[in-house]
Amino acid sequence: MRIAVLAIALLLSPVVTLAASEGPPLKQANIDLTDKASLQRGAKYFVNYCMGCHSLQYLRYNRMAEDLGIPEDELRDNLIFGNAKPGDLMTNAMRAEDGTKWFGTAVPDLTLVTRWREPDWVYTYLKSFYVDDTRPYGVNNLMFPKVGMPHVLAPLQGVQEPVYAGGHAAEAGAEEHVVGVKLVEEGQLTPKEYDKMVRDLTNFLTYVGEPIQLERKRIGIYVLIFLGVLFLLAYFMKKEFWKDVH
Amino acid sequence: MSAETAQTTPKGFLGWVDKRFPVIDTWNKHLGDYYAPKNMGFWSLFGSLALVVLVLQIVTGLWLAMSYKPAAADAFASVEYIMRDVEWGWLLRYMHSTGASFFFIVVYLHMFRGLMWGSYKKPRELLWMIGVLLYLAMMATAFFGYLLPWGQMSYWGAQVIVNLFAAVPKVGEGLSTWVRGDFVISDATLNRFYALHFFVPFLIAALVFLHIVALHRVGSTNPDGIEIKEHKDENGKPLDGIPFHPYYTVKDTMGLVAFLAIFAAVVFFAPDFGGIFLEPPNFQPADPLKTPPHIAPVWYFTPYYAMLRAVPPIAGSQFPGVVVMFAAILIMFLLPWLDRSPVRSMRYKGILSRGFLAAFAVSFIVLAYLGLQPASDLYTLLARIFTVVYFAFFLLMPIYTKLEKTKPVPERVTT
Repeated sequence: MRIAVLAIALLLSPVVTLAASEGPPLKQANIDLTDKASLQRGAKYFVNYCMGCHSLQYLRYNRMAEDLGIPEDELRDNLIFGNAKPGDLMTNAMRAEDGTKWFGTAVPDLTLVTRWREPDWVYTYLKSFYVDDTRPYGVNNLMFPKVGMPHVLAPLQGVQEPVYAGGHAAEAGAEEHVVGVKLVEEGQLTPKEYDKMVRDLTNFLTYVGEPIQLERKRIGIYVLIFLGVLFLLAYFMKKEFWKDVH
Repeated sequence: MSAETAQTTPKGFLGWVDKRFPVIDTWNKHLGDYYAPKNMGFWSLFGSLALVVLVLQIVTGLWLAMSYKPAAADAFASVEYIMRDVEWGWLLRYMHSTGASFFFIVVYLHMFRGLMWGSYKKPRELLWMIGVLLYLAMMATAFFGYLLPWGQMSYWGAQVIVNLFAAVPKVGEGLSTWVRGDFVISDATLNRFYALHFFVPFLIAALVFLHIVALHRVGSTNPDGIEIKEHKDENGKPLDGIPFHPYYTVKDTMGLVAFLAIFAAVVFFAPDFGGIFLEPPNFQPADPLKTPPHIAPVWYFTPYYAMLRAVPPIAGSQFPGVVVMFAAILIMFLLPWLDRSPVRSMRYKGILSRGFLAAFAVSFIVLAYLGLQPASDLYTLLARIFTVVYFAFFLLMPIYTKLEKTKPVPERVTT
């Protein structure tokens, strides 16, 4: 298996660099889809902090519960708010026009966010909010200049200030000179705890982007083993038939 | 039909059918008694592989069609429904999307083999031209199919390509509106592209049939580019030929399993293929109001897209670029008459032919890469240079194939 993974990694290496986009460097989330505890925490954080505005409209509650090993009563008690049923899609009450009115843009559904952005982008984004008094909600983001959303996790993370490149200071339109962020006031969580939390969230969103991912890789191993054995048989059959061709 | 087969009249069910339908005749003509050169080797594999991938695409596509909804409001969600709620839907979808890319990989290798062996030369001109038609039909169905997921790249890619028709002088605007059925890519466009995506594969299947009929009329060629029919034994069998079945059926089976292993490795471990087979912007639903920062077609179209961008507009019209792009494909029809070499295969052609073929292959790959990248001054310059190289391969062929010194061709195939 390690060889297969390595071969694919080698095969993909030029492609990955090709697909990488410009922008600030990404921090490594080191996501691990086999870490069920992390995924469960991520689900809890998502429904509590994100889902008021961001839906997961292609995922069903019970699919999530089944994949993450969450018992149905726990699902009903802790993860489903309102009168949704376990078989329902994870939508919310936010309408596109509400988003436009409140945040200047429709709030994106996040089911596939880790597929049109990388997981590491989501992780870095959640760590890159900084105070900016020129913005409607008082915050801006290094990864997403002029972002419309407020920093919902600010009470947990604390306050981050921007680091400007040579001589620039806070003013409208200065976000293009921001090169980094620094924590100036801790929130309820230590930086380490906050990192762990956003990693759990990123991990969960990566699962949401493709719930079948682990299963597909697991099946893939057996498919490749089967084809490997079949190839040997086909090879010997060919050799047997062709031995009288000169 | 050969002597032995005429003597054996089968009994039972097979005999009953054979009296009414030429089962045995057909089997012998195309498999059991179809003689192929014994030295075809690795490169002969891609023809039969292309047939298998076609069947794979038709079968997975049919099942996808059972859950897909060709409407602007539902299409994107129905693909996610297939990926999440339909039993094994994710596998069908990944096989179909990976299959599209692999179809082109296989066909590009098949065409390259044709160039190496001189398979387009007399008497195989029609065989080659049916092949080019097949390639065009494949591109058409791939283009229609790419709109169906209704993601951002689907939408804007189609917008860019259909707008090419608008560059045609005078009738362009009306033509592109007629193609879309609307003034922008919309629900109407999606609906008709779905119908066409479903229909064109029937055309492909018919062309494949003609392609094989033509092949079996003239016979398979080989790396030596010589006719095995010119040397026959006392029974009229080519001395350097072997019956397709069982020899090439077992050989192609082996090749098929190897191919499936590579295919499965991508389907199960890297279905996005690093954003090349499934592009990241296509995981966002189509938004007619939000143009993505960088629009590129899927990789198998990018050589032509790079050419389109490389040609500077004349009097504000993109039409010359469009002409160059289509000419790059249509010029393949002329290949049998552009090659004036007395020999078929690269093995016996001279240094010029080899050099031009290598330059052509490199230019195709470089243009494919450039077409995926945002345009820059350097890239545009490179695209121009390699567009010239691409056309030089064809247009200078009558000259360099005449000029160069060829090597003597053996009487019988070498191994």
